[in-house]
Amino acid sequence: MWELTLPRTLVIGEDALDYLRCLRGERALVITDRVLASLGLAERVASLLREAGLEVRVFDRVEPEPSRRVVEEAVHLAREFEPDWIIGLGGGSCMDVAKAAFVLYERPDLTLDEIAPLAELGLRKKARLLNIPTTSGTGSEATWAIVITDEREKRKMELASREVVADVAILDPSLPASMPPRLTADTGLDALTHALEAYVSRWHNDFSDALALWAIRAVFRYLPRAYRNGQDAEAREKLHNAATMAGMAFSNSQICIAHAMGHALGALFKVPHGRSVAVFLPYTIEYNARAAADRYAEVADALGLGGEGAAEKTTKLVKAVRELLREVDGPLSVADLGIRRADYEARLEDLVDRAMSSTGTVANPRDVGRQEYARLFICAYEGKPVDF
Amino acid sequence: MVLFPSEEWIQRFKEELNKNEAYAEAARDWEGDFLFVVTPDEGLDREYVFYVDLYHGKCREACLLPSREARKADFVFEGPYSNWKKLIRGELDPITAIMTRKFKLRGSLMKVMRYTKAASELVKTASRVPTEFK
Repeated sequence: MWELTLPRTLVIGEDALDYLRCLRGERALVITDRVLASLGLAERVASLLREAGLEVRVFDRVEPEPSRRVVEEAVHLAREFEPDWIIGLGGGSCMDVAKAAFVLYERPDLTLDEIAPLAELGLRKKARLLNIPTTSGTGSEATWAIVITDEREKRKMELASREVVADVAILDPSLPASMPPRLTADTGLDALTHALEAYVSRWHNDFSDALALWAIRAVFRYLPRAYRNGQDAEAREKLHNAATMAGMAFSNSQICIAHAMGHALGALFKVPHGRSVAVFLPYTIEYNARAAADRYAEVADALGLGGEGAAEKTTKLVKAVRELLREVDGPLSVADLGIRRADYEARLEDLVDRAMSSTGTVANPRDVGRQEYARLFICAYEGKPVDF
Repeated sequence: MVLFPSEEWIQRFKEELNKNEAYAEAARDWEGDFLFVVTPDEGLDREYVFYVDLYHGKCREACLLPSREARKADFVFEGPYSNWKKLIRGELDPITAIMTRKFKLRGSLMKVMRYTKAASELVKTASRVPTEFK
């Protein structure tokens, strides 16, 4: 038996944001960041909600790689304001804070650590959750994952509950159009990593496969276009949809070791998430090929890469991923991220510890232990192919 | 051959686990005790409950309990006899088994998922006990 969880309602296409005009409720708490507030986006959303008759408060203090402290501030406001809609507006950070705040608002007796798969939280007695992604993207609008940084332990807390999948996700393609090229690339690569890992995870299934394959094809086709021309409306819309599909795919399958390694790197060296997972992607494909070449070959076929046999097709896929990284000026090695080798090696054991304890290790198609992780981290630093 | 479930089986399991260096390494930071609960089906006529205390890569204590009320533990890992047989035979992975509801876990799943290698070695150890089933 395998249970799939998806948002109840997805609103897509041109003017999707107008859905807010008809939202039923009394009070909406919009959780976002200062950048989006300064761009007027928070006010645009608030204005639509007021047209629907809701009272609105905006919390705009979400930071990148959000911490427990930010979640606690948002929860404090929610407890004062008592909204019946919590709305995450922004990238993964804003939506993850919205999800975490939603849980702790509904269940003040819980701590963040108690947000766990299979734990029954009994949410939706006070409010419902609506997410509006502005990046394409983490897929957080459609997933049951929440990533919050524990500042004290310098660890990414990988929390998860089916109950935090949004009731409504609004995918308005006008929203990501203002993303600068670097952010477009980073978030697009994150979506690619989600989809590729979902496809090879031990827990993949027919539904996650279908969503993942569509997303992979869309990222390869449209990310370079959106990177070169942010006003390419078709590219923006396809990428926006692809990111949500990739989120739905991995949420109902699992992430693998590119994420395990990327979370570790991001926590210790403050590398933005999309870049920190994408840098490991080619190396982890090479590593996993010994167990999942058939699966990677199917991806290569879907992309029309050619080749004979699973091994050759997997090699072509790795090459295609590296070419995509080059096209969007993404990192081909950890050294490209500007991390000094001495600093990296000094933290190697810590990186391995964190990767070992990541949920990404659980469902990886090939077993990976401390030694393998250490070697992978070094290959990824040096830009050397993985041959073990 | 040792009958599962039985006191003799859990003592053999404890012996094997404390010889398992891969487990000792993978679980070097682990602190937490378990009730392993085998619920009746397929030839098993009643519930069996094991207590297992795992600490820093070693098993400090293991025994068969008269009932699940006899001891409290941080974690309860429970499943029907038929699934325990598959687990011991290596036909089921413990984490996948929890996610697909073949086993129930009470206790922090997130903590257990951070020790997947240790969980895998626990199962491998169980497979090394020469086991016969009812």
